[in-house]
Amino acid sequence: MGSGQRTPFENPVVEWIDSRLPVFTMMQKEYGVFPTPRNFNYFWNFGAIAMIMLVLMIVTGIVLAMHYTPHTAMAFNSVERIMRDVNGGWLIRYLHMNGASFFFIAVYIHIFRGMYYGSYKKPRELLWILGVLIFLLMMATAFMGYVLPWGQMSYWGATVITNLFSAIPVVGESIVTLLWGGFSVDNPTLNRFFALHYLLPFVIFAVVFLHVWALHVVGSNNPLGIDTKGPQDTVPFHPYYTIKDTFGTLVYLILFCFFVFFMPDALGHPDNYTPANPLVTPPHIVPEWYFLPFYAMLRAITFNIGIPFTDIVIISAKLGGVLVMFGSIALLFVLPWIDRHPIRSARFRPQYRVALLVWLAVFAFLGYVGSQPADAVKFGIPLSYLGLLGTVYYYGFFLVILPYLNKHEKGRDLPPSISIPIIESPEPAAPPEKRR
Amino acid sequence: MNSRHFLLIAVSALSIAASPAAVFAAEAKQDMPTPADLEAAAEIPPEGTVADEAHAPDHHAAAPHGHVDWHFSGMFGSYDRAALQRGLKVYREVCAACHSLKRVYYRNLEDLGYDEGQVKNIASQYNVTDGPNDEGEMFERAALPSDHFVSPYPNDNAAKAVNNGALPPDLSLITKARHHGPDHVFGVLTSFGPPPEGVTPGQGQYWNNQMQSLISMAPPLQDGQVVYEDDVPQTVEQYSRDVVEFLAWAADPYMEERKRTGIKVIIFLAVFAGLMYAVKRRIWAKLH
Repeated sequence: MGSGQRTPFENPVVEWIDSRLPVFTMMQKEYGVFPTPRNFNYFWNFGAIAMIMLVLMIVTGIVLAMHYTPHTAMAFNSVERIMRDVNGGWLIRYLHMNGASFFFIAVYIHIFRGMYYGSYKKPRELLWILGVLIFLLMMATAFMGYVLPWGQMSYWGATVITNLFSAIPVVGESIVTLLWGGFSVDNPTLNRFFALHYLLPFVIFAVVFLHVWALHVVGSNNPLGIDTKGPQDTVPFHPYYTIKDTFGTLVYLILFCFFVFFMPDALGHPDNYTPANPLVTPPHIVPEWYFLPFYAMLRAITFNIGIPFTDIVIISAKLGGVLVMFGSIALLFVLPWIDRHPIRSARFRPQYRVALLVWLAVFAFLGYVGSQPADAVKFGIPLSYLGLLGTVYYYGFFLVILPYLNKHEKGRDLPPSISIPIIESPEPAAPPEKRR
Repeated sequence: MNSRHFLLIAVSALSIAASPAAVFAAEAKQDMPTPADLEAAAEIPPEGTVADEAHAPDHHAAAPHGHVDWHFSGMFGSYDRAALQRGLKVYREVCAACHSLKRVYYRNLEDLGYDEGQVKNIASQYNVTDGPNDEGEMFERAALPSDHFVSPYPNDNAAKAVNNGALPPDLSLITKARHHGPDHVFGVLTSFGPPPEGVTPGQGQYWNNQMQSLISMAPPLQDGQVVYEDDVPQTVEQYSRDVVEFLAWAADPYMEERKRTGIKVIIFLAVFAGLMYAVKRRIWAKLH
């Protein structure tokens, strides 16, 4: 990291520091001259955007923690106190609340970009795995954060999700007791969730550091999915991508601020403005919107799996749902070894492209299914069947379609290098008279 | 060169962001049938009508699908001070008999356009238990602007005991705690009616079309029940509109500041983004 060959800096103060701890050399190398493919499209903004959102969440979160009280009798009131009596408290809280959603939007787009352009393929497998790990940590953090206001959805969401672990054979019940710190979701649960909700973002930060480090070892993928062949294919990160990321981030922040200032509660659930009440179960318990596809997969398994013609149950419906839900993320971890097709970018894999876009549509549809009551019926079909169908496609995409395409998809011819299609692009880049 | 791609991203981000909102909206619509009497009273106001602060708001602006055109709706919406003051009167004279508003301080009423003296006067009409004093005794005193709104019952059990076991919810957050809160509360207040066939109300139960169920609240408002000092019609619908405006303020007292700030923030970000786009074009021009 920045060690080895070092060019002296002109500024004596910078040089004094750099010769002892080469942070300036490192920044220069990793963010200044770092060679980056010249053909990124705007999908490549979302890594930087996710980073900005993480920082925003940590900063607003620390300020909120200064005013929040993690006690079942006071948590809801302390949040309302932040909203009403703390100077600028409403802004900090709405930034944090909506920031979680927009962090997930950025990360979902970032992950999908990786899938579309094959960014997880050799040599970026570990980079991808670290990314999925960040996603998993984010899910845990977001779930525990949603519990903290101690509203009705906080309490009942926590009850439903923690109960999932009881499906694990033998040790399940003990794990649930450990999570709760007792025999129901109560004050010890809230306390430990608060402690972990404060801790995990810093763990995420550390894994993000590794993620970026790994990226800077192997270099970025690009929309063509082909390796860079020389300096003609790359540009220095600064100023080309610093400015492009700045612009992209600002546009994203406009969208974010539109929610924060004009519809701050649109992404939350109204029930969370009612204090938690263990004696009143809401008619319809839903997690935050960004978990809905996974929630749908959890609920899609409504049948026990056992030995046919006997009463022996090997996997109960509950355990089946839990396995399917966690399995859907486990599949992402091993994606680099499922998809072994030599072509990275979906641009040159028409069949993969279609299968992936259908997968995206199915994922969105599962989100809709997850938002509906478990016994909902649409078009005369119980939604849980449609959820099962979606789950089957989700799994089929990874376990059937991708292995099939590995062998049978020929793909289109790849361009010889990144710089050639840019030079030979039939579409003129811009009218020359505007250039100076 | 990349504007096409960018549009794609923006649209996809928007649609991802909007989809749960749409889902919520769809869900809410299910449990929110249109009250028939609301429809009958519907009178679409001319486009762009904004109620004058000094005047009565356009009080019949209920659209056919059960959505009410609130003074505080939209990006530029603000609270109608006259309606807030009337709503406070309705709350104090009617709702406060059963419903607490315990997250609001009397001092917050200055937002409604009252001065310090008026707020002190309103607060002093209520008694709070304070103490212990130097002798160790709890004592009663007149409420101060720094006190929360005094609740009608000492605790939840006391409230249930006199309401057939039902707890009248605290109203501080009621417009946030329901899907389409303001429309919903307005709907509840204006859609009492005879129960459908086969539904027999128990003691102290009343059919409500908005809730689509029996509820333990009697129709709380009657025409002419609360005397207004301005020339606004003294009808159930007007009372309901005013008290919902007041409750929306109680749930979201910083809405006006939030929207004003938001407009400045978005203008700033848009100008900044525009500048950065120009710089980006200039920098990338060297490459092409």
